Amino acid sequence: MRNTVSTSLTNQKLQCPTMQFMLLFSRQGKLRLQKWYVPLSDKEKKKITRELVQTVLARKPKMCSFLEWRDLKIVYKRYASLYFCCAIEDQDNELITLEIIHRYVELLDKYFGSVCELDIIFNFEKAYFILDEFLLGGEAQETSKKNVLKAIEQADLLQEIRGVPLYLQKPPEDLQVSREDLLSNTTNNRT
Amino acid sequence: MSDVVEKTLTALPSLLSLDSQPGSAKLSSTSKLGNLVRGITELTSKHEEEKLIQRELASIKEQVSSPNTSMRQMKELMVRAIYCEMLGYEASFSYIHAIKLAQQGTALEKRVGYLAVSLFLNESHELLLLLVNTVLKDLQSTNLIEVCMALTVVSQMFPKDMIPAILPLVEEKLNHQKEIIRRKAVLALYKFYLIAPNQVQHIHNKFRKALCDKDPGVMTASLHIYLQMIQENPEGYKDLTASFVTILKQVVGGKLPMDFNYHSVPAPWLQIQLLRILSALGKNDQSTSEIMYDVLDESLRRAEMNHNITYAILYECVKCIYTIHPKSDLLEKAAKCIGNFVLSPKINLKYLGLKALTYVVQQDPKLALQHQMTIIECLDHPDLIIKRETLELLFRITNAQNVTVIVEKMLDFLRVSTDDYTTIDLVGKVAELAEKYAPDNEWFIETMNTVFSVGGDMMQPDIPNSFLKLLSEGFDSVEEDRKLRLFAVDSYVSLLQGEPGKLPQRFLQVISWVLGEYSHLRAELQPSTVMRLLSKLLDTKNTSSETKTWVLMTMTKLCEGAAGVSVAQEVSEAYSSSLDTVLRQRAQELQHLSQDSELRARVVPRDAGLEPLEVDSSLSFLDGFVSEALAAGAAPYKPPHQRQEELAQAKALSLEPYGLSLPISISSCSIADRQSPTLLSMSSGLSGDSTDLSHKGGSTTLKLDGVKRVWGKEGYLAQREPVEETAQVEVPSPFRSPSQQAEADSSHSQTPTPVPTPEPTQERQQLASSLFVGLSSQSSVCLMGKSESAPQRFKRKAKSPSSSSGASEQISNSLVSAPSTVDNLLCDNLLDANISSELAVSSPTQTSRLSQSLTTANGTCDVELTNTKGSNPSLIRDISVAVAADSTPHEDPDKPKDLCLSSHLPAELSGFSHSEITPLCSNQSLDLSACHVQQKDSLVLVVFIYNSSYSDIQQILLELDSDDLEVSGVCGSPVQEVGSQSVAVCQYSLSVKRPSVHVEVGGMVSYQLPVGTPQSAQFSYRLPLTSFIRPLTLSTEEYGTMWLAFSHDTKQNLTLINAGHESLAATLNVLKKKLQLHIVEIIGLEGIVACRLLQDQPCLMHCRVHAGTLAVWLRSPVPDLPDCLMYYCQRALQEH
Repeated sequence: MRNTVSTSLTNQKLQCPTMQFMLLFSRQGKLRLQKWYVPLSDKEKKKITRELVQTVLARKPKMCSFLEWRDLKIVYKRYASLYFCCAIEDQDNELITLEIIHRYVELLDKYFGSVCELDIIFNFEKAYFILDEFLLGGEAQETSKKNVLKAIEQADLLQEIRGVPLYLQKPPEDLQVSREDLLSNTTNNRT
Repeated sequence: MSDVVEKTLTALPSLLSLDSQPGSAKLSSTSKLGNLVRGITELTSKHEEEKLIQRELASIKEQVSSPNTSMRQMKELMVRAIYCEMLGYEASFSYIHAIKLAQQGTALEKRVGYLAVSLFLNESHELLLLLVNTVLKDLQSTNLIEVCMALTVVSQMFPKDMIPAILPLVEEKLNHQKEIIRRKAVLALYKFYLIAPNQVQHIHNKFRKALCDKDPGVMTASLHIYLQMIQENPEGYKDLTASFVTILKQVVGGKLPMDFNYHSVPAPWLQIQLLRILSALGKNDQSTSEIMYDVLDESLRRAEMNHNITYAILYECVKCIYTIHPKSDLLEKAAKCIGNFVLSPKINLKYLGLKALTYVVQQDPKLALQHQMTIIECLDHPDLIIKRETLELLFRITNAQNVTVIVEKMLDFLRVSTDDYTTIDLVGKVAELAEKYAPDNEWFIETMNTVFSVGGDMMQPDIPNSFLKLLSEGFDSVEEDRKLRLFAVDSYVSLLQGEPGKLPQRFLQVISWVLGEYSHLRAELQPSTVMRLLSKLLDTKNTSSETKTWVLMTMTKLCEGAAGVSVAQEVSEAYSSSLDTVLRQRAQELQHLSQDSELRARVVPRDAGLEPLEVDSSLSFLDGFVSEALAAGAAPYKPPHQRQEELAQAKALSLEPYGLSLPISISSCSIADRQSPTLLSMSSGLSGDSTDLSHKGGSTTLKLDGVKRVWGKEGYLAQREPVEETAQVEVPSPFRSPSQQAEADSSHSQTPTPVPTPEPTQERQQLASSLFVGLSSQSSVCLMGKSESAPQRFKRKAKSPSSSSGASEQISNSLVSAPSTVDNLLCDNLLDANISSELAVSSPTQTSRLSQSLTTANGTCDVELTNTKGSNPSLIRDISVAVAADSTPHEDPDKPKDLCLSSHLPAELSGFSHSEITPLCSNQSLDLSACHVQQKDSLVLVVFIYNSSYSDIQQILLELDSDDLEVSGVCGSPVQEVGSQSVAVCQYSLSVKRPSVHVEVGGMVSYQLPVGTPQSAQFSYRLPLTSFIRPLTLSTEEYGTMWLAFSHDTKQNLTLINAGHESLAATLNVLKKKLQLHIVEIIGLEGIVACRLLQDQPCLMHCRVHAGTLAVWLRSPVPDLPDCLMYYCQRALQEH
């Protein structure tokens, strides 16, 4: 028997989705995106973020992409200047989570066209929309790349004035943020 | 090029528009978000950033609350607010505006509004209630995008209590023509299922429709729900196995559209989800497993490409193969596959290989042997996570022969690990291994010393507790006990002589308790010497006052002789004025008892460790005091939860619409005086059907007016005996368990000799032989048993206080590590397993080969055959081998299958209704079945043990255990022996500890055949909670009183059985018949019903007919009981 929400908040026996949260942060430890699929207080979220960013940034490049952290498994991967970091439960499949991250990067790349950290900073709400079409409530919702982008584009079409090409939307030149393509090191994955 | 020009031209209008709109007029350098981002990047210090953001937030705050702000501007403001929150600055003022934006904006603004809501709020946030109406509206919108947005937000968060309001709309969307809507609707239902499973019970057949959806995306989404449901109740979905297999076959065969491919692997996420479902279905079920062998084989074969994604699928496949009923050639392939993982140079794959190995060695320890050199390498891996996983693997294969090496490795890791969670976990494992396999006293005490020093004050409190219990309860041999205690005393005295200030508080508490109890064993050790050592602790600054309390208690036990008394006097004087009251109390005790040695001998007798203390837990001796206090006008006691609730209620949002303050509604709601009837009032508000209130004239509602006065906030409560009030009074006892200590002060005082670092291969070889020793022999006898059931368990493992014969202990000792025993045991094993003569060979090398073939032939059994750790019954506690029975169906052909067990039902139970007799487990000699009998005031579980062999079976021991239930034996001594071809019956009385929809009793039977080794088998028995429900007869007034006192409740609208005017009565009668409820009274459109859960835990139900449904409200003092009962009510009405 599952607990009711009121009791579960006290004894932590809540039924959890596969993914508990996803964080994107830069090499400098700046948070770029956060999505929480389990209810936590702001204080807890901040604490978790701080601890995780610290731990992940301290890892060496050749090390394993998985981490044990509290009773969770952390799966992270670095794309250019950005770290993508997901939390799953111990019995879940770490490799598939790694590929979820990769698929998300592919989706961003396809949408923005050679996505870089700067795109995500300036259009983070778009990045969230894409994430919500791909992962809903912590579970993979739609794994077909075409369908995800179709859904996003349909919603985008609502925009009264459409047609500003994305290259025009590129952020200013003088910012000290990496504009290295996230997928640059894995070009063979580009389709 | 012209294309670019064209695009630029079309973009011009937006460039010219002054309104900066993120997403389109992007020249971000001019947008406000752009400015903010730019501003932040240019800053150098955290302080400057804070100032900038605070300024930004102040400006956002001003603008959002201005009435002139348009929704379009609001959208832009929300984006900035989200950004500020992401940077870690609170913008809670904007939450309400996010909801407003979702409500009032155009589709695009709405999108940002919903996004902001989903990022700002979590599902328990009270503002979320304000979103309900917006969601309702959008779900009904004709704009698909709006429907999508609403479903997206609902799938992420929704207030549980409001689910009924939108459920019909979401259900409706399952039939929508657009697949994206159907998919999101399925995911929304999945979310509901996670947070409130009862609410979606009735739409299970719709899930099936989603599973059969022509769109693969919708079908994939439905698998989330199925996985969850199947993991909870695999029995209910066995019929779907073939469908899942077919789907997987099609996916693997590449029948899905190319869109679903990921790096040319067909729908990997779908494959993995299906594999998980299959393993849940095939677990412990041979016939179901057989359906899936083919497709698993194909999955293994197809996943060939060298890409992470194929490895992810392979990993899931391997796990599945090792979870379901085994098939030898699949196991072989899976084992090979694990090899590929472990040997991979890629670190991620290696890690997963170790994880898989850890998973499978429980069933097949030999696999660890195959990879021993890799495992050794991983032990020295620079990446701690790899090391950690390796230790996990080693933990699973620990036995008495390799325990010292493995524990050493774990302790090494502990000394370098900085992560608290890892430390707590590993320390617990070391303690478990040490207790189970310790080779000798010295090692045990020293290992535990390290555990206590490294684990410090954060380790699980049960480690010191069980350690002290172990020491005090002793084992089979008095002499051994003495030696162990003596060694502990010696070890602790020398620790105290060193630098005790560095030891963690918990350890100091253990030390002082042990010295208090056992230091007299060392005759030459003067009590006063010990006391002086301890008083040094009192003077140390770091010592917590809790530890000081322990020390003072120890001193009370020790203060003998002039020297001791003088120390005691000194100490007690120093602390008799302490600010800490407990400490002061102890100091007073010490002072008095040290002066009165006669009294002291009576209060703290030596070696009293095992005497049970009698405690009057009801504190009845205080009744007089309490009633006097009440008579004198003291406020009656309220339990904490009630106090909290009252407090919370004062603060909580009132959900009751003002309109309900009609005279009628007062009487209809008066039952709920204490809390607003959220659902009832809201549902009427939502349906817009306010006229229904007037249907209930004052005369038709429950006549509770008379009762109401009595109920007033105090009223009846005053008459309840407030005995608990004084429950905190402390009973001084030497057994006070060490409780949590806040300050951690972990240090490594005692450092056992570190192992030399193994460098060259030769040393590795050596290490390998010490790590994997005992595995081969063990695996040959313990085919299926978990590796914990290793030979030679440390003889002092005495979980059960009154341990039995010392004879069996000696047997086990003689069995261990003599090379020939392996063969002996194996021979016995072979005899038992009915294996033909060709296997009866006894040279060690051959046996191990044979065992290999045995494993593959038998695989794991239906029944898990193990010597489980921990709860072993004392009879087989020391016996080293769990023999796997041959589970394949070639059992005795002449075994009577349709045995009429019900004739064996005890006479005294025959008058009551009993459930169907279901088989629990069986192997070649014993068949266990069970049923439950519902008596008026109890529930009896009857277990039938049928001996199908041709010899008597002895020393049968049946042990039942359950998380949910209290189990107690009914008739005197349990069965010991069952004659050949006959049946023995055991009875157990069950009562519920913690309600859940289905409760389960787990158990183990162990027995001894005349020839052969002891055997054991595990089983479980599941029964519905309704078996424990009995009618509760009471009057309306009693009902009213009780209703107020109960704190756990749940509300839901259920189907009403349509029978004209008699609908309510008809519905309640169905419930009465099916669930054994007692109908207290029916008045007009309302009814009250009562029942109780054995033993005497009431649950009350209030029903009201409302808009064609039955609004049911359940209350009980027992948590979860209302939820469970609601589930059964719903089912009962649906099945009707």
